[in-house]
Amino acid sequence: MGRLIYLDNNATTQMAPEVINAISEAQSVVYGNASSMHSFGREANKLVEDARSNIASLLECSTDEITFTSGASEANNTVFMIAKSLIEKKGSGRIVTTTIEHPSIIETVKYLKENGIHVDQVPVARDGRIKIDELKKLMGPDVVLVSVMTGNNETGAIQPIAEVSEIAHSYGALFHTDATQAIGKIKVSCKDWNLDYLSCSGHKFYGPKGVGILFAKKGVPFMPFVHGGEQEHGRRAGTYNTISIYGTGIAAKLAQENLDEENRRLWKMREALREGILKTVPHVVVNGCQDQQFCLPGTLDVSFENVEGESILLMLDMNGIAVSTGSACATGSLEPSYVLLAGGLDVELAHGSIRFSFGRFNTMEDVEYVLEVLPPIIERLRAISTR
Amino acid sequence: MDSFMAQWVYTDTVKDHFMNPRNIWKKDENWEPEAVGEVGSLACGDQMRVGIKVKDDKITDIRWLTYGCASAIASTSMMSEMVKGMSLEEAYKITPDMITNALGGLPEHKFHCSVLGDKALRAAIDDYLEKNGRDNPYKKSIAKILCECKGVTDQMIEHLVVTDQAKTLEDLQRLTGFGTGCGRCKARIAHEFEEMKHIHGK
Repeated sequence: MGRLIYLDNNATTQMAPEVINAISEAQSVVYGNASSMHSFGREANKLVEDARSNIASLLECSTDEITFTSGASEANNTVFMIAKSLIEKKGSGRIVTTTIEHPSIIETVKYLKENGIHVDQVPVARDGRIKIDELKKLMGPDVVLVSVMTGNNETGAIQPIAEVSEIAHSYGALFHTDATQAIGKIKVSCKDWNLDYLSCSGHKFYGPKGVGILFAKKGVPFMPFVHGGEQEHGRRAGTYNTISIYGTGIAAKLAQENLDEENRRLWKMREALREGILKTVPHVVVNGCQDQQFCLPGTLDVSFENVEGESILLMLDMNGIAVSTGSACATGSLEPSYVLLAGGLDVELAHGSIRFSFGRFNTMEDVEYVLEVLPPIIERLRAISTR
Repeated sequence: MDSFMAQWVYTDTVKDHFMNPRNIWKKDENWEPEAVGEVGSLACGDQMRVGIKVKDDKITDIRWLTYGCASAIASTSMMSEMVKGMSLEEAYKITPDMITNALGGLPEHKFHCSVLGDKALRAAIDDYLEKNGRDNPYKKSIAKILCECKGVTDQMIEHLVVTDQAKTLEDLQRLTGFGTGCGRCKARIAHEFEEMKHIHGK
């Protein structure tokens, strides 16, 4: 062995060398608290504001609309808690979201429902895209917040965000999108999509872990989720994670510069792998969206009939290839991926699903290596399977 | 549970049995079993089939197939090594713990993946005794009492699940009266019920 291939970029990414260089340099000299008045503080503050400006440029919004958090999960929680406060203040109201959101929304929805908040979840079609007609049926003047993710982490399905945003606004609702998986892969624009809120995190686009970004349009309701300080104009308490925020800013700049090329490269590798698997492995189902314009370019989710996903994952891992699976056995629960099931995939196939997610540092040689290693693994596991 | 085993770490023994499983029932081998046991389902994420040959009430040969994760594959493989040459009675008393220990342990949340191997084997032994028109003297001896007040055993629960009499925990409660005495068994029985439903694809 010896060869290591990382194909789990939807889980997290390797930091870009430009990011590593910038933060390594910065962290040896900048250590002040970005909220302090003195020169040390001002120097740290400058790094934070540089980052904010790069991110605002990437997301097409203004700098005072950006709040830094600990991650996209916190940003998502913040938005749903704002909606909860609005509903509680009014004494009525409803949230509309989907069945395929990230756990930081799915679990928050469960919590809200347990606490008496009415939340409706729009189902998705087999291609992983939401059923717009169902969404329209769920809309009404009582809807306070609509939240639909931009691109899905498992199927890669891209949702019609501009259209949903318009529908939400036509009912007077606020609109939020979790764009965590989409940033750096497709164009995301707070302005063009007329967003009220957006969440994302830097580690999905080659930045450091531990930084989330929450866009909140000027004038929309805002209540802090983390109380206790005047940072971010009172919107999010806690000492600035200065160096990582700075690194996220560098990553945002790279994401903006490389967007078109990255999109093309990822799609090319993804398609080569998809075609290669279909050619070399029988009884395979490709999950989610297949139309390039509705699919995150680097995501490929495949189900192998009659083999269980965790077994495939581990055998690939022993050959140096890192992927993820929607199998129940990999999560420690008895249920496989709710995202795949939501799209109507058979439970058996969901147990046998593998997600390959490409990133900036993958090459066509990686695809070739996977196509060498994968077919015999599937054959081997099928030979010992009850089916 | 120490932190090491709570991680995604498999022992070398597990890896060995996963990568080089023993006693596989090769589809082209034409190996004819005397009895077969099957548990689990694809929908549940794991399924096992075990075939045995028996002489003088001893297991002389065994083959198996497993659809499942690494822990399930390694557990069945290890079980198949352990029971060769064992008497039917000894083999019937194999527990998931014994298999897991022989593997050097499994991560905490993977333990449930090891519970099918011994059940598939017992199903094969049941099949053998039934085919030969014999009583099953081992069944009672391995029953575990889960509710002391009402004398509810794991085998009673399994029977009620398999025969579709208990589809929900409420059904089980109504049929057995568990938990109506001291109440200490409630969590234990709820867990056992879920496991049984899972194992039998209910």
